[in-house]
Amino acid sequence: MKKLPPWGWAVIVLLLVLLFNLVKTPGFFEFHVRDGRIYGSLIDILNRATPVLLLSLGMTLVIATGGVDLSVGAVMAMTGATAACLIAQPTNSPLSSINVHQSIPQIIVISLFVALLCGTFNGMLVSWLGLQPIVATLLLMVAGRGIAQLLSNGQIITFQFPAFQAIGNGGTLGLPNPMWIGVIVACLFGLLVRGTALGLFVSAVGSNPIAAKNSGINPGRVKMVAYVLTALCAGIAGIIGTADIQAADATNAGLNLELDAILAVSVGGTFSNSGRFSIFGSVVGAILMQTLTTTILTRGVSADATLIIKAIVVVTVCLLQSPEFRNLFSKLGSFVPKKSGGVA
Amino acid sequence: MAGERPTCLQLTGIGKRFPGVVALAGVDFDLRQGEIHALLGENGAGKSTLIKVMTGVYTADDGTVDLNGKQYAFKTPQEAVNAGISTVYQEVNLLPNLSIAENICLGREAKGAFGIKWNDVRARAVKALARLDLKLDVKAPLSSLSIALQQMVAIARALDVSAKVLVLDEPTSSLDAHEVEQLFATMRKLREEGLGIIFVTHFLDQVYAVSDRITILRNGQKIGVWNASELPRLELVSQMIGRDAAVLESQGTASLTTETSTPFLTFEGVGRKGAIEGVQLNIGPGQVMGFAGLLGSGRSETVRLIFGADTKDSGNFLLDGRTIQRFNQRKAILSGIGLCPEDRKKEGVFPELSIRENILVVYQAKRGWLRKLSLPKQKQMAGALAKDLGVHPPDIERPIQFLSGGNQQKALLARWMAVEPRLLLLDEPTRGIDVGAKFEIMSLVSKQREEGRSFVFVSSELTEVVRTCQSVLVMRDRKAIKTLTGKEITEDSIIHAIAEDSK
Ligand SMILES: Nc1ncnc2c1ncn2[C@@H]1O[C@H](COP(=O)(O)OP(=O)(O)OP(=O)(O)O)[C@@H](O)[C@H]1O
Ligand SMILES: [Mg+2]
Repeated sequence: MKKLPPWGWAVIVLLLVLLFNLVKTPGFFEFHVRDGRIYGSLIDILNRATPVLLLSLGMTLVIATGGVDLSVGAVMAMTGATAACLIAQPTNSPLSSINVHQSIPQIIVISLFVALLCGTFNGMLVSWLGLQPIVATLLLMVAGRGIAQLLSNGQIITFQFPAFQAIGNGGTLGLPNPMWIGVIVACLFGLLVRGTALGLFVSAVGSNPIAAKNSGINPGRVKMVAYVLTALCAGIAGIIGTADIQAADATNAGLNLELDAILAVSVGGTFSNSGRFSIFGSVVGAILMQTLTTTILTRGVSADATLIIKAIVVVTVCLLQSPEFRNLFSKLGSFVPKKSGGVA
Repeated sequence: MAGERPTCLQLTGIGKRFPGVVALAGVDFDLRQGEIHALLGENGAGKSTLIKVMTGVYTADDGTVDLNGKQYAFKTPQEAVNAGISTVYQEVNLLPNLSIAENICLGREAKGAFGIKWNDVRARAVKALARLDLKLDVKAPLSSLSIALQQMVAIARALDVSAKVLVLDEPTSSLDAHEVEQLFATMRKLREEGLGIIFVTHFLDQVYAVSDRITILRNGQKIGVWNASELPRLELVSQMIGRDAAVLESQGTASLTTETSTPFLTFEGVGRKGAIEGVQLNIGPGQVMGFAGLLGSGRSETVRLIFGADTKDSGNFLLDGRTIQRFNQRKAILSGIGLCPEDRKKEGVFPELSIRENILVVYQAKRGWLRKLSLPKQKQMAGALAKDLGVHPPDIERPIQFLSGGNQQKALLARWMAVEPRLLLLDEPTRGIDVGAKFEIMSLVSKQREEGRSFVFVSSELTEVVRTCQSVLVMRDRKAIKTLTGKEITEDSIIHAIAEDSK
């Protein structure tokens, strides 16, 4: 038997959920074209999965190096607030002194610069000061929302700027823009990780940091890159979120999304310090999480139950990934006559 | 034979397969009460796997295990321990942050009304160590001990329970001569008590020193079992490698002397608090310098300083005649220095990564992250290096953790061969490597030396040191006490230098 890749179980479970919908949810696989845009449950899932997908891309690298980044939700809020303030120019905001005259490239660059600072801060705490990643990023998780409040002067900033809104709810070639952004960033990530030696270095640092150092790799620098990339991804997600609702809400933007991202990464087969990680797995994981949410909601189950069902699925996939658990399972089923396999 | 002792452990027709590898096929093995039985074979022959089968780590695909006439199918190591089989595995797996006492008693602490009875635990640990003639502060963390002493603690842990069978998988690979003698004395004592002992080693002297019988495995099959007194050494080696051992002897290299030109690396009174003091040394191109001394004499510490893993606090460190101020591993690698560390598991291998990635990681780190070596080139390069060093099995896409211990060591050597360092620091490079591979590595070293590369060679095996080195730095109590060169280098002179009373 050929060994299943680490993301194998996530794919299988995703297919099962889709199969369930094929049978149980009428119209789940249908598409409509309206005003030159394609609509349908599947498109909707991919569109809504984008924020978690973006977060989980960076989170994959952070987790692979043995860390975790709890601050991604707060970073989303901060970049969102930055973008909104640059557009709306509210009085009393520290950002109102910067006038970018509604230049979208400038808005994006400045917002992502804020994200970059956050990532550098996390990276410094973890790799230079040697703080536990959980503690280091908790700092910004808590303080970040405060900073976002400060930037937006404690208000929910709303704005009207159609060209910018299009980032969050417009479409290109019939498909929603966030989805395109998700696809492009995921591809860039794949290229970055597999096309350069970064992937090898991340694996090495995660697998054995001392040996990595002895091999001429600088583990601190690799971790720094991972945290910066994660923050940049969070920044992009934050911009999409703000553009989508045409507002920046410092308290609720990206709330609890760090947890979804961590779950998506684990479901996708990336584990802390295992030296193995899979960007593709995390993409599948993020899509699986959103498919579950949509499925449950379309079946009219209450939103609270969503969390429970998600938790059950995540635990099941993680258990299936563990060889010990599968052994236990096959032992329980060993009353079924076993075929003795030949030499593999 | 009359008066033969009764068999206590009997394995029949053991087979074990891993994906793509047949690790054991139809192996029979029997152990008698009160005997020391050596289990020998090349790297990857299946010794550790056989041990893991009889101790419940793996379940055999075929065959049976009988202990004192009763058939067992151990599912967990604990079941084997309960039945009376105690084991020290090849890779020491203790918990470095816990105390020595906790490591010895872990999982079987005496519990009272108020939780664990620490005094009992400590007393038991002290007693277990006393059985090995060891006196240690059992409250100290395990990590404060040298690997050798950690190994002794692992043995003490195994001895703590009332065992009928004791299994030692390469227990001596990190012990010095004195500690080995101590261990052997203990083994003989336990043999008198009626224990059956299985002993895996690559040191043939040790085989003849303690064992009663010898079983040889090759490629997962049993070649035969002999009384130790009836199997001459050369014959034993031939049986192990499956060809004439005389071939190997001819590969042994005589040491040539080269006059040293400008030294590549110079230490002028280099010291580091708590590690070494005032070390002088010069390593020229094409030179193999041996570091000799007892464990803890400062050899590994010196090597770590050269590699930039530690920093000096006094003295001068010169590379190519230029003074080095701040140094780290990366700078060392970029200036052409490499290190094969003593503790392979902790400081060398990336267990989950493939053999290919393990071999090429330094090469890639040196090229930088942007210039990734293409996959076909990686395969070609890693494949060639794995073949040169005889890594077996040669499927370089498998995670390195599935290689046998000795083969992991060969892969680590391949890692450095990939970058062709000007100075390679080898800290106990032949540990856990079979006789054939030892000769191959030694001849590799002398071939590369002729191309002008230098080596530092740390080994507790003086024969190897004498055979390969042009100069030997003898260390004692964290100081370099003598440098021997050329004809002065003999086993006797080294032993004398080590043992000389400090005047
Ligand atoms: N968990 C595993 N998965 C796959 N293959 C394995 C595993 N464990 C061992 N092997 C393979 O089984 C063979 C026998 O390995 P084993 O560790 O028993 O060798 P050994 O005789 O102990 O060698 P050494 O002297 O190097 O320690 C090797 O080819 C090894 O690669
Ligand atoms: Mg072994």
